[in-house]
Parts: sequence; C-alpha cells; structure tokens
Amino acid sequence: MTLGSVPSKFKVSIDRDQCMDCGRCIENCSYGVYRREGDKILIESRKCTGCLRCVAMCPRDAITLTEKPIDYRSHPLWTREVREDIIKQARSGKIILSGMGNARDLPVVYDRLLLDACQVTNPSIDPLREPMELRTYIGKKPSKLNFRKTESGDVELETKLAPNLKLNTPIMIGHMSFGAISLNAQLSMAKAVTELGTYMGTGEGGLHRDLYPYQDHMVVQVASGRFGVNIDYLERGAAIEIKIGQGAKPGIGGHLPGEKVNEEVSRTRMIPVGSDAISPAPHHDIYSIEDLVQLIRSLKEATEWKKPVFVKIAAVHNVAPIAAGIARSSADAVVIDGFRGGTGAAPKVFRDNVGIPIEVAIASVDQKLREQGVRNEISIIASGGIRSSADLAKSIALGADAVNIGTAALVALGCRVCGNCYRNLCPWGIATQRPELVSRLDPERGAVQVSNLIKGWTYELSELMGAAGINSIESLRGNRDRLRGYMLDEEMLKILDVLPAGA
Amino acid sequence: MKTVKIDARGMHYTPLNQKIRAAVADGAEEIILDNILGQRFIGDGLRGNVRIIVNGVPGGDLGMFMSGPTCIVHGNAEHAPGNTMDKGMLVIHGSAGDAVAHSMRGGKVFIKNNIGYRGGIHMKQYDVEARPILVVGGTAHSFLGEYMAGGLVLVLGIGKDKAMTDRGIGSGIHGGEIILRGEVDDFLLGVGAKKFKFTESDLERIAPTIKNFCEQFGYDPAEFLDTNYTKIGPASSRPFASKYVWE
Repeated sequence: MTLGSVPSKFKVSIDRDQCMDCGRCIENCSYGVYRREGDKILIESRKCTGCLRCVAMCPRDAITLTEKPIDYRSHPLWTREVREDIIKQARSGKIILSGMGNARDLPVVYDRLLLDACQVTNPSIDPLREPMELRTYIGKKPSKLNFRKTESGDVELETKLAPNLKLNTPIMIGHMSFGAISLNAQLSMAKAVTELGTYMGTGEGGLHRDLYPYQDHMVVQVASGRFGVNIDYLERGAAIEIKIGQGAKPGIGGHLPGEKVNEEVSRTRMIPVGSDAISPAPHHDIYSIEDLVQLIRSLKEATEWKKPVFVKIAAVHNVAPIAAGIARSSADAVVIDGFRGGTGAAPKVFRDNVGIPIEVAIASVDQKLREQGVRNEISIIASGGIRSSADLAKSIALGADAVNIGTAALVALGCRVCGNCYRNLCPWGIATQRPELVSRLDPERGAVQVSNLIKGWTYELSELMGAAGINSIESLRGNRDRLRGYMLDEEMLKILDVLPAGA
Repeated sequence: MKTVKIDARGMHYTPLNQKIRAAVADGAEEIILDNILGQRFIGDGLRGNVRIIVNGVPGGDLGMFMSGPTCIVHGNAEHAPGNTMDKGMLVIHGSAGDAVAHSMRGGKVFIKNNIGYRGGIHMKQYDVEARPILVVGGTAHSFLGEYMAGGLVLVLGIGKDKAMTDRGIGSGIHGGEIILRGEVDDFLLGVGAKKFKFTESDLERIAPTIKNFCEQFGYDPAEFLDTNYTKIGPASSRPFASKYVWE
C-alpha cells in the first residue's frame, strides 16, 4: 500500500496515577480502543471515534482525548479533510459516506439573528404569573368560517374543520427510523412526547409493536421504499408524513444496510432478514406535483380523511415555489428540512454541499405562501440543525409554526455527535441494533432526559416571549419585527425580511 | 350471496368509497359498481373478503393499501393499480398504466393485456404469505420490476413476438424474480439484473399462478405449462454495497 496510513483522528491517553484499573473503559468502548494485556490497559487510539463513552464512564476522570494530535502541513485550501478524502478515494474509487449533519464550518444564520426585548415603552411579561399560550395546532385551517344561527338563537359553526394535531409546545421530534436508531431510543422519545403532549416521527421504518401505546403521539412516515406501510400502520398514526426529501441528502434516496436488518427490524419494516432496505430517490408513483396530490389524497382516502397529511421536503434552492405547490395540494403541513439536518448515513458530498440553510428556507417559504394568500391555511414545520430554544424562537419569528428536533433529542439521550451512526456500534445504545449496546439505554431514564430538554426549551421560549412582551405563540409567528440581523449582508437581510441591528 | 349495486355515474371517489365501506360493514359479499369513469382510489385501504366488480374504467391507485378484497375490472385501469397493496386480488380485463403493483407486499394483480412503465417496481415480500404476484398477459414497458425486493412478476407475451422489447428490466433488483415467456435479449436487462435458467422446479412453483391467471381470463393453461421462460433475478442481494466507502 503505497499511500500508507493517514494520521490517527484522536489520541487517547490514560493518566496512570489516576487510573484505578477498574476496566470500565474496556467494557464501554464498543470500537475496541482499550484492551487488557497482563496487568496493563493498552490503548489503540486509531480505533477511537471520539464518542466519549469512556470519558463519561471513567470514575476517576483519568482519560484524556485529543483531537487531531498530528498536524499536516497547514494549507488554507488543501485542508486535512480534503487531503484525506482524496487518499480514501484514491484507495477505493468509491463514494464517501458519512454520518450526522453537515460538518463544514459555514456561517450559521441563527447566530447572526438577534431577538428583541421590551424596555419601558411596552412592559415585558413575567411568564411566572401571566399565562403564556404556547399551544400550537398543526394542520389545515379553513380560509374562512361560516356560522349558522340555530332555532334557539345559538351560533353554530357550519364550516367543517380539518383534523389538526394539538401541540402543547411547538417542539416535535423528527423522523428517525427504527433500524437507523434502536427501539430503546424510539421508546425514550415516544414516552417523552406522550407525557409532554407533543409528537414524534416514526421515520421510514414502520411502527414497532412496542410503540403502539404511544401511537396517538406518533406521526407515521410514508417514504419511497414504503417500508412498514399498510393500512394498519396508517390508521395507527396521529398523522401521516410523506417524505419527499431530507436535508442531509436532498435529491437522493437511502438504504439501510442488510446487516442492520435483524429479526425485529425485518418484522417492523416487513422485509426479509438481512435484506438491504433501499429507498429510491423519487417515489416512483410521484413524477409530478399532480402525482403528489394523488398520493396525499390516497392516504386521506385510505384513512377516511381523519388524519392530517404532511409533506416533508429538503430545503433546496427552489424551496418556496415547491412549498407553494404543496400548500395548494391537499397537504395539511409542509415540513422543511434544512441542509444541516442529521442522518444515519449520507454521501459526504451531499451532506456537506447540497441544500440551503433552514433559516432562509423558512423565511422564503413563509413569504411566498403569504404572497399567494395561503399561509394561514397550511402549517410550516421547520427542522435541520435546531440546537436551542433561541433557534426555536428565531424559527417561529421567521415564520414556522413548530420545529422538529432530531440530533438535539439524541444528544439528550447521550449522543456525543461522533458521527459513526452507520457502524451499528453506537456505544450509547442509540444508533445500533446490538442487544448488548441497546440495553445501555434505559427508556424510562431516556424519556426523562428528552422530556427535560423539551421542558427546558419550552420554559426558555416563554421567557423569551415574555421579555418581548408577547404572550401567545401566534403573535411571535412570522413576527420578523422581533428579529434583527447582525453582520448579515443586505441581500440576505432582504430574503429573511429582517432589518439590520440598530435599524 | 349478499350483493350490493352502486351506480357510480358522476359520483366523486370519496362518497363512492364511503358507500363501498358501508356495504362491507353491512355484510355485503359482492359489490357491483356500474358506470365507473375515472374514479380514483377505489377500494383504497379496504379490508375484508368482499368481491368488487367494476364496470367501467377506474382512475389511478385502484386497490391502494387494500388488504383482502378481490376487485374485478371489466375495462382498463389507470396509473398504479395495486399500489402498496397488502392482500387480496385485482383482475383487470384490459390494460393498465404505469407503476402497476408499485411497492406491493402481498396478494395478486392480474392484467389481461399490457402495462405501462415501471410495472412491479419496488415489490417486496416479507414472509411466505406476504409474497406479491403480478402477472401480465401481454407486455410491459421499461423498468419492469425495478428495485424489486421480493415477489414474482410474470409476463406471458400473449399475442406478441416477444414478451418484452423494452429495456431496463429489473434495474436495481435485490430480491424476488421476474419470469418472462420465451427468450430475452441481454441488452434489455437493467443494472444489477441477471438471467437464470428456468427449470422444471421453477415451473412447478409458478404453475399454480399460471393456472390461476388463465382461469380468470378463460385461457387454456396447457399452452403455458412448459419451460420456455427466462428467469431474471438479482445479481446480488446488495446491489449498491460496492459503491460506498465510509468517511
């Protein structure tokens, strides 16, 4: 091998004075970094992924981990990453796959948007003593309401309302399939959303029978592979989402490698054990916007128009007209997934280069739907790199009804964003189907952690709203007056429809 | 047998399906739909063992998500009959459009004449019972059995010189089998598809399906019960595995 090896990504060391030789690092590392030889724990740093499981479990804080311990000659263009990718492809001639979301150091628009607060002229509100209305209804709203007077003189609503999801907080958990993540990870999140009165997505992996008790809080997904989809599945979900695209890999399909398709995954997806689960790039019954309407209506017709149907698209250059097309179909909500959205596996070139930021996508979709006079009829759900309650508040001020979180919920379960989700070795029991690893994640405790995170963000959102003198989420939605851009260029401010700081 | 007749002239598909569901709930064993003209989603998500006779030309997605019923169409069918169907049977006394039996997981779709593009695309099977079958009496257009993950696609080429003349047969196939009457030119095969010899044991396996098909349309099965077929299956169960390297 003339190319030789590339430098190790991490350097792991143990402070031998601190170490009590308990061996927890050996037990916990599923990547095989540690091993015992004689009376010594030996380290193989090259195997380390930086998942920090050993660091988290070491009772003596004896482990130190350094990223990129060996430098390349520095170069602004030919970065380490660029050089290593070339070496990998020179070796293999293949497409480079990667995990988690976009790993490039591109400017984050959220971080250049600042929120408003009241001073003197308009009193701020204390959410401790004033009610804060965070309840959000996701689904189709009528363009107008008709009323009728009954004989007794009462007023009755004549307009037939479409089914909506009732959210106690505008935070939902996005679609991460059973297969990509473990059943215990799904169970943790399902218990949390049920307790909090919000929703999570099943992903395109079917609905495992252990999740049936939480089905009223699950949005079932219909994607191009149609895994796990039958009439029973559609009827169980609180809503149905058609997945057209995903922010981490717009324009392409995906596949769950056969080795992750064990007995349970096979039963839930309804495919044979060990078979690759391939989702084609398009839905092969949707080749046009008219065909999308047909799929939406077929799902509604199958479930007797009792379930809202969402359509999820990746945020791409033309996202606004595409969303407008969706808004004019029978869809109840459009889900937009930004280019920073996470994934179990995506070609690196897609993950890092395709799509646009969710911040601009929300603003341009909201703007387009308002221009066309249909924004009030359909909900917008935003996802793809929502990291905090600040990102949440800014998303709503830019025009979203609610957000989907993904990576943030996994971090609440222990994920350290090491990005090795595709290896089936996740030491935190999240992105794995290995029973001994999955059992590390206790769904009861996991549920508490996820629910704590959403509660914390919800409190913070009420505080942010109160500080801005807003007591209802509806008054924050699309309220760009409460945002200012900081160090954003004029064109970007125009697209976001936000004034610069100081204006 | 309890029979219910519905005159569908000028009726939208939603009230039509509501009437069908109500009839099934009421214990109907046979439902006759007269004057069908383009109504989509007939039998969409319908369960049970009812037999539906469609007189006319139904619209797209006939029998989508259907789980159990039998639906017999005296006419042609549009786009994607049997889409994501689970159980039951569709019998079309005519031709059908594109994406017939798309993602079908179980049951049977029998088409007397021809089908459009992408027939049997992404059909998949789960266990022995959930093994979808698509039989086409005439011929099919390109991408037959594309991305197929299980089940059986059989094309008989009745009245044709060759069962298939369009390309891309079984592109991306990673499970199941496509069986075509007679010889098939190599250049018609899609990426990842491979020809296999059609043996006596294959014939034994598909003979009940051939008989079943012939029964529906009044053909004599004897003329199809030989080994003059070509079997096409996956070159590998992991067609894309060699395309990728990890970060």
